Amino acid sequence: MISPETPPDERPADVYYYGTCLVDLFYPEAGLSGIRLLEREGVRVVYPQGQTCCGQPAYNSGYSSEARAVARSQIERFSRPWPVVVPSGSCAGMMKHYYPSLFDGDPFLERALEFAGRIHELTSFLVRVLRVRLVDRGEPARVTWHTSCHALREMGIRDEPASLLAQLERVEVIPLARESECCGFGGTFAVRHPEISAAMVEDKAAAVAATGAPTLLSGDGGCLLNIAGRLEATGQRVRPVHIAQFLWERTRAR
Amino acid sequence: MPVEPGSHRFRDAASSALKDPGLRANFRRAMDGLISKRAAQFADPVEWRDLKRLGSAIRARSLARLPELLERLEGRCLGNGIQVRWAETTEDANRIVLEILRSHGATRVVKGKSMVSEEMHLNEFLEEHGVESLESDLGEYIIQLDGETPSHIIMPAIHKNRQQIARLLGEKIRGARYTEDIDELTGIARRVLRKKFFEADAGISGVNFAVAETGTLCLVENEGNGRMSTHVPPVHIALMGLEKVVENLEDVPPLYSLLTRSATGQSITTYFNMITRPRTEAEKDGPLAVYLVILDNGRSRIFEDPELAATLRCIRCGACMNHCPVYTRVGGHAYESTYPGPIGKILAPQTDGVGARHDLVEASSLCGACGEVCPVGIPIPELIVRLRQEAAQPEPGSTVRGAGTGGSRGESLAWRLWAKSHRHPVLYRLLGLTATRLRRFIPGRLPVLAAWTSARSTPRPAARTLHELAKSAGVADE
Amino acid sequence: MSDGARARILERLAAARPKSPAISDFAVVARKQWAAEARYPRLRFLMEAVHSEFLEATEAGWPLAIREFLAEEGLSTLLYGPGTAAAGRLEAAWAAGTRPSLVAYDRPIESEDLKRRLFEDIDAGFTTTRGGIADTGGLILWPTPDEPRLLSLVPPVHIALLDSRSIHNTFWEAMRVEGWASGMPPNALLISGPSKTADIEQTLAYGVHGPKRLLVVAILPES
Repeated sequence: MISPETPPDERPADVYYYGTCLVDLFYPEAGLSGIRLLEREGVRVVYPQGQTCCGQPAYNSGYSSEARAVARSQIERFSRPWPVVVPSGSCAGMMKHYYPSLFDGDPFLERALEFAGRIHELTSFLVRVLRVRLVDRGEPARVTWHTSCHALREMGIRDEPASLLAQLERVEVIPLARESECCGFGGTFAVRHPEISAAMVEDKAAAVAATGAPTLLSGDGGCLLNIAGRLEATGQRVRPVHIAQFLWERTRAR
Repeated sequence: MPVEPGSHRFRDAASSALKDPGLRANFRRAMDGLISKRAAQFADPVEWRDLKRLGSAIRARSLARLPELLERLEGRCLGNGIQVRWAETTEDANRIVLEILRSHGATRVVKGKSMVSEEMHLNEFLEEHGVESLESDLGEYIIQLDGETPSHIIMPAIHKNRQQIARLLGEKIRGARYTEDIDELTGIARRVLRKKFFEADAGISGVNFAVAETGTLCLVENEGNGRMSTHVPPVHIALMGLEKVVENLEDVPPLYSLLTRSATGQSITTYFNMITRPRTEAEKDGPLAVYLVILDNGRSRIFEDPELAATLRCIRCGACMNHCPVYTRVGGHAYESTYPGPIGKILAPQTDGVGARHDLVEASSLCGACGEVCPVGIPIPELIVRLRQEAAQPEPGSTVRGAGTGGSRGESLAWRLWAKSHRHPVLYRLLGLTATRLRRFIPGRLPVLAAWTSARSTPRPAARTLHELAKSAGVADE
Repeated sequence: MSDGARARILERLAAARPKSPAISDFAVVARKQWAAEARYPRLRFLMEAVHSEFLEATEAGWPLAIREFLAEEGLSTLLYGPGTAAAGRLEAAWAAGTRPSLVAYDRPIESEDLKRRLFEDIDAGFTTTRGGIADTGGLILWPTPDEPRLLSLVPPVHIALLDSRSIHNTFWEAMRVEGWASGMPPNALLISGPSKTADIEQTLAYGVHGPKRLLVVAILPES
């Protein structure tokens, strides 16, 4: 893993938004909410329509030449020196930590490193760079929070989501048992080892249900899709929501 | 353990394990306990970061100088009166051990815990050749009584609960009555094993660290069976994988601290046993002869690849398996490899072939918990991905065993198509449009979806993609 | 077979080009320091947590304290290694009376039926220590010809004499300050408590193979 330099946390005028393929297809409202949250802080958001997927599915499956081709096409579409904000710890981790290694020994490495150095996960960007102050306009609510493995271990996102939720006066966060344990998604893992993946998501969904919170929040589309699928299949009335959408819905002016 | 290419032995074994609620409960309880004990040991994140950095550096340095350090170790041992033997394969190692035992007329052996001896299947080999080889670590003793292999490298009998152990001891040990009291069960084993230590002609142990500087063999334990095996019988044979060498004596304390705290959440074990010589002339006890057997068994091949060589940093603490969500659910036996869990997922495919153990390479959600807790900084998730690459698209000149034997033509074609559609925005958007417009018609029985929907509802794309929402909301494109 | 194996293994290893390692920075170990007077209480606290027992005595009083302990606990035989200064003190304390009996480990284990007696008849073994470790708790023992290895292992009770002023901050500091690397003994040990196991359901059970009890007789300065 070649780690790029992280630039100083200056408040920028423009940012790129990297929606990610899962948000694009399954959670577009969450994606748009992330854009709104950034715009409200006075930042101009640019969403390149040429973006597709970070390439992680191919990379994690061992198909690095395919991942490299896709990675290159993404980097080329984010060429201005603006921060790239990503509503997913997993895709952010891929672009920040593994893009450079994909181009190890390649003349394109310099660009990959430069790009990787501009990657920010959304909640971290809101807290650390924009230092947002949220005003809660919603009804009292109880939620539980699932952290994504890659947000936690690749992007080092530990306190940021909690600190955002703590700004919402009428939101109570019920701790999830074994919060840092994987939900069992793992991309193609869920297909290659369906029974093990199922055992993992069963336990995660049961832990979510046991909190009694009617809303499950997460910052990653993959985890949400996985846990939501299990909750729905077992008839649990828990609403899975991306944290970007939750924050926007509760704080937007009405 | 020969494994057929494309074997699904792990998947099948995991499948049966998942259907055993008792087994799952035994592992969950044990892993939860180990996780919290370890966390209490590393409550200070700065100390953990610095100590992990030091442990990683020490192990990396030991490996960077591996051939030189092994020769130095050998020289020191010889100077100290410890005889050294080298074995390329487990068959060679078994033969060497047997020859040593025969040269001393030894027929009764007591063993301390040694994962290398598990690699060798030494007990079976010795029994076939008329030597009684008795495990003396309590957990190892229990599973040997039941004809099993360890399900965890530190806690070999962790898959059994006390009722199962009570029944086993009650049945197999003459004069033992059925009891579920753990002190009484331990007392039964003590009675049997002290007699065996007393009678043994030779003791066999593993090695946790071998110090090149002084020729010292270090053993970590709580029970005292390791000391019994190495101090009481007249002959001691120590078995080590060739990666176990460290350069200097002062390298040992940080590694020892990382090992015990990571493994069982202890700041120190009951015993740390440093053996540098056989009994000297004036001494009244200790073994008269000490042998060190250095085993390769595929390690030098792993060492050829500069990235994968990090596999050999492992100090066998077991923290990766304790924190692995897959291991916790399927247990150690499903891996059908001496080393289960995440370290086994990178080790077994390298020794047995990435194609043959491809189902192990695939058996990770890449959650990263193993890499996070590894006290010597082995980037296990990254090495898993690397082995997936070796299976599907090896680099030219790859030294990895079975490189290129893990992928399939169909899969390769699928990823090529995927890359094509994801490099071309128009194609990608077309796919997005198709999926959103046809979202109500996605059949749950597509082969890829069948695995998903076995436990989850069918995923439904949104009505419009983010690309569309952003465009209609007037978000800038460039 | 072995020589050919040795050459082939070393040749394969030498052919590889391993990555060069980072610097080993021992500061994280070196910064573990306690005030001299805090080390013994810390060691005692940590060792008691793993079921070691403590008996505090003065330099003058420890031999009798041991004798009284044996009598109170109904332990009738104490094995010791003659020839050390501490052994002389023990012998002196036994000058009057013979109970409990003091047995000398003064010949090789193979002699007569010493090994059988060691396994079956002896109640307790006595050793000195080189010192202790404040960081984790634990005693440093270097068995010698005078104090054989099995004294601290086979008898059900191990009695270890510790000078409370001889406690190092860490294991790392102990081996550096005392220059272990230039002369390791045949056997050196750290011992932190009585033998134990957690192999059955993660539940601790003491006295599995080695001593069931570890009594640390700590010599405190007279004040």
